[in-house]
Amino acid sequence: MTDVAPTHIEAGASLWRDAWRRLRKNHLAAISFFLLIAMVALVIVGPWVSRYSYETQDRELGAAPPSASHWFGTDDLGRDLFTRILYGGRISLMVGLCATAVSLGIGVIYGAVAGFAGGRIDSALMRIVDILYTLPFTIIVIILTVYLGKSIVLIFMAIGAVEWLTMARIVRGQVVALRHKEFVEAAYVMGLRRRRIVLRHLIPNALGPIIVYTTLTIPQVMLLEAVISFLGLGVQAPMSSWGVLIQDGAKVMEDNAWRLIFPSLFLSITLFSLNFLGDGLRDALDPRISKD
Amino acid sequence: MRFLLGHTSLCIAIALTLSACNGQSGSTSKSKAPREGVLRVAADAEPQSLDPQLTTGHTEHRILTSLFEGLTTLNQKTLEVEPGVAKTWEISEDGRTYTFHLNPDAKWSDGAPMTANDFVYSFKRILSPKFAAEYSYMPWCIENAEAFNKGTIEDFAQVGVKAIDNATLEVKLAYPAPYFLSMQMHNAWFPVQQATIEKHGKIDDRQSDWILAGNMVSNGPFKLAEWKPNELIRVVRNEHYWDAKNIKLNEIEFYPVNGNLQTAERMFRAGEVDTIETLVITKVPVYKRDNPSVLKLEPFAGTYFYRMNVTRPPLDDPRVRLALAMSVDKESVCNDVLFGAFTPANALTPPGLGGYTAEAGIPYDLAKAKALLAEAGYPDGKGMRDIEILYNESEDHQLVAEAVQDMWKKGLGINVVTNKQEWKVYLSSMTTLNYDVVRAGWIADFLDPMNYCECFTTDNGNNRTGWSNPQYDELEKKARHELDPKQRFAYMQEAEKLLLSQTPIIPIYTYRQRYLINSDLQGCDGNILNYMNYKYMSVTRNKS
Amino acid sequence: MIRFILRRVLGFIPVFLIIATLVFFLIRLAPGGPFMEGERHVPPEVLEQIRESYNLNAPLPQQYAMYMWDLVRGDLGPSMQQPSRTVSQWIVLRAPVSVELGFYSLIVALIIGLSAGIIASLRPNTLTDYIPMSIAMAGICMPTFVMGPLLVLIFALKFQWLPVSGWDAPAEKILPSITLGTVYAAYIARLARGGMFEVLAQDFIRTARAKGLSETRVVLRHALRGGLQPVISFLGPAAAGLLTGSFVVEKIFIIPGLGKQFVDAAFNRDYTMLMGAVLFYAVLILIFNLIVDVAQAWLDPRVRYD
Repeated sequence: MTDVAPTHIEAGASLWRDAWRRLRKNHLAAISFFLLIAMVALVIVGPWVSRYSYETQDRELGAAPPSASHWFGTDDLGRDLFTRILYGGRISLMVGLCATAVSLGIGVIYGAVAGFAGGRIDSALMRIVDILYTLPFTIIVIILTVYLGKSIVLIFMAIGAVEWLTMARIVRGQVVALRHKEFVEAAYVMGLRRRRIVLRHLIPNALGPIIVYTTLTIPQVMLLEAVISFLGLGVQAPMSSWGVLIQDGAKVMEDNAWRLIFPSLFLSITLFSLNFLGDGLRDALDPRISKD
Repeated sequence: MRFLLGHTSLCIAIALTLSACNGQSGSTSKSKAPREGVLRVAADAEPQSLDPQLTTGHTEHRILTSLFEGLTTLNQKTLEVEPGVAKTWEISEDGRTYTFHLNPDAKWSDGAPMTANDFVYSFKRILSPKFAAEYSYMPWCIENAEAFNKGTIEDFAQVGVKAIDNATLEVKLAYPAPYFLSMQMHNAWFPVQQATIEKHGKIDDRQSDWILAGNMVSNGPFKLAEWKPNELIRVVRNEHYWDAKNIKLNEIEFYPVNGNLQTAERMFRAGEVDTIETLVITKVPVYKRDNPSVLKLEPFAGTYFYRMNVTRPPLDDPRVRLALAMSVDKESVCNDVLFGAFTPANALTPPGLGGYTAEAGIPYDLAKAKALLAEAGYPDGKGMRDIEILYNESEDHQLVAEAVQDMWKKGLGINVVTNKQEWKVYLSSMTTLNYDVVRAGWIADFLDPMNYCECFTTDNGNNRTGWSNPQYDELEKKARHELDPKQRFAYMQEAEKLLLSQTPIIPIYTYRQRYLINSDLQGCDGNILNYMNYKYMSVTRNKS
Repeated sequence: MIRFILRRVLGFIPVFLIIATLVFFLIRLAPGGPFMEGERHVPPEVLEQIRESYNLNAPLPQQYAMYMWDLVRGDLGPSMQQPSRTVSQWIVLRAPVSVELGFYSLIVALIIGLSAGIIASLRPNTLTDYIPMSIAMAGICMPTFVMGPLLVLIFALKFQWLPVSGWDAPAEKILPSITLGTVYAAYIARLARGGMFEVLAQDFIRTARAKGLSETRVVLRHALRGGLQPVISFLGPAAAGLLTGSFVVEKIFIIPGLGKQFVDAAFNRDYTMLMGAVLFYAVLILIFNLIVDVAQAWLDPRVRYD
């Protein structure tokens, strides 16, 4: 492994450097990138600055529309929505990133191995995916709450463990299509090791769909988190998350519109940024476009 | 692309065919447009079954009272006992023997006359051990019924139910139950027809399909015309009903909303239904403000309370329990948190149940609560471990739990955590005493405070707190066998006082039934059992 | 190809049995059972009897053996919570509704998703890219439990054009199909854009363009084949999911589909119903993933059947 390391780093560095250069030229992607950073900074720093805690109740006030003292209004227990959104953002962003990372890690490697190995191994691995698809999610979550207790880490595991299946299928589809291409055949002929072919040639060439599906997985897991919290695994009241806040807000959208609009706004800004950043990254990383 | 196009058009073709088929099969049920004499109801849930002896839910009860009728019924407004299948009855001196004389006009919906044997058969069915009805304990007040149900005696002739002749039924009770007549409105007591049951299965067959439309024979003011699960239950006038001439409605359509109260409210607003069973709680203030004439907020015989696990320190100390109970500001819970939809409760039994209103109560008194806690060795909550409030998934429970959490934290200085569990997990935790504090609710089955009193005896399966008090058990037993109504209530008052002073529970609020009803529907007066006697209802459409 | 399909279908059998076995034991690990004390106490004798009548008191291996024997003979047993119909009857009753809703939603999703994705991919990073993609993103930012009620408030209550709930008249089917379809449209648009973009940059497209073929022809005849590869990978499980119903949409619009049946069975621990629903879903997943694999091979001749 040591003898190939230098070229590896060099090649990798130039790939990413090129990508970064192209990414900066894509204005929308650049704006999205900074918006995301700003969002992360806001949810980390914001709660310290806020006058309220996520659990400070003002029951006599109840659900009140936005005002000077409560910028985003309050909920049924008179809690400051702005503060709750910031705290909730911590949970949602953390869940979104970690669960997606788990699903990405498992899904990409699994899919690539299946697609590259082909034959019996491929069909066995893909049938396992089929089997996992059918396991009833609700029951798994219920079992997890009982046998493993409650913690945020568990949510990541539960969600990540469910979300990697489609990713694996997409990566496998790409790899199968790429496997017989000239550059892969060439790599074979050059006597490269399989591991290296998969990591250096197949996965980078499947990066497009991987990035796109990753940006799709993040919103999915953020909303799944709300479902899981509903079942009792996940955030415990009075702590909240964007998914839970939106779910609550949706129920009172006619009479307390602000309770739906503000958390949705935060979620949407994040998702739009992720989406455009993802597309920008995808375009920038595409090795074939570099000639243009 | 050709592949895709071909695939898509194939999909469209299949979908169109499917919808065409569906359209045909669905054409029997009409659209939801308002029609003369047809009551359209948004029911809270799809009934688990329409077998009156197998169902346990409230929604089922409201549907079943249209299809079946017991020996007696209740007045919609006053809840006084009125004749049902029995026209008259006599009660013996000792209050233990009831003799019912059936109405000679009482018939099944297939025209067959009703006999006393129908009731003997029905009571035998619900008590059959193999039938395993969840409500089989309801008729345990009948002599030897419990023993037969539990399989210790096998001969049903020993149970205190006897058909003297075709028109006379005699029931012997194990103890004088003054509420026996008013209990007959409950679906567990409804008669079923032997011929129908045995045409579709054995007497104790739980999976029988006799309850499907076309198979069912019933004896109520209406009969089942159509049952499309999760879509519609349609019942139409039963011309064989003994009082058919006094029935004003032609049809009732029940649309189950599957627990989605938001949609139910929208259906009402769009004019798709005339009444909804339960209004989503967040809409209560909106209707109070904008449209009070359609909103009904009626007292309801149910109590929302917290159980405390007295087997776990520090909750084994009655002073700690009382301190916790006294620091719950129920006014704030009801008015600030729950939109003024409920009434604060200081006692377990809802006021006015069968003429009984509890004299004892736990008031909100933070100063006294603090003193009690200090006396128990936890001044300002110091030294007290975290207390966990367990509840099942529902926003209302969560709001209450969060409010109580805040009250205990701020008021007593105790650290409180909330724990939400899925329904069946929550039930397991509660029944195995695997909790500190757990949310609970209790709704009266019939019009008598005994509903509540019996729950907290040592052996009662509804106790679920680990609390046991021989004096309480004794008082309950005395009340059960007492004939004099005054003395009976006095025993129950004493028992409730004892219960509240020992505080295994924290009463929080008395339920109120909250529903919507449009101006076309008359005679739907509320009552504390939320009991529906469709005989009194009529629908008049204003042609505008 | 026929041989490939036959072999895969034969392979379904062990997979199906593994799923049945796994799920059989898995659902029994969840606390509580179909028959337990409810909010009200049920006498233990009664519970014992009910469990007896469903053979739930037998040792687990025996229960398993009996279930599998019935399954092999095609008998899924009675529903434990809704005892008047058997599980098969319930599925037959509910599946057509879910399949119908799934088809409509899929059509909505494909029409919106593919057109948005393909248009966006033609001129990347211009307004013709951003506008359709932003519209498609709405389906992601607005989950069904927001989109559904919102559509109802606008089209049913404000304008009174469409009914609030139900699944009988054609008008009742519009809002649910749109609600469910838009979510999938967003996914399809994103995947299609990425895939198309990649293919359009490849040499054979340049060649086609250089040959003077019209742009429409280039896109429709040449690029789509490869470009839709990721969409198709996604569609297999998505379609199976769509056809077995969506709990949220069914709940919002009160649609008597399989999705609600499925989730309720999990909550009620209705073992037989849950097994039936899972196995039905399993069959769909297996079939759709097979269709996807065949479609992929058909679209891209480099993929071999092996």
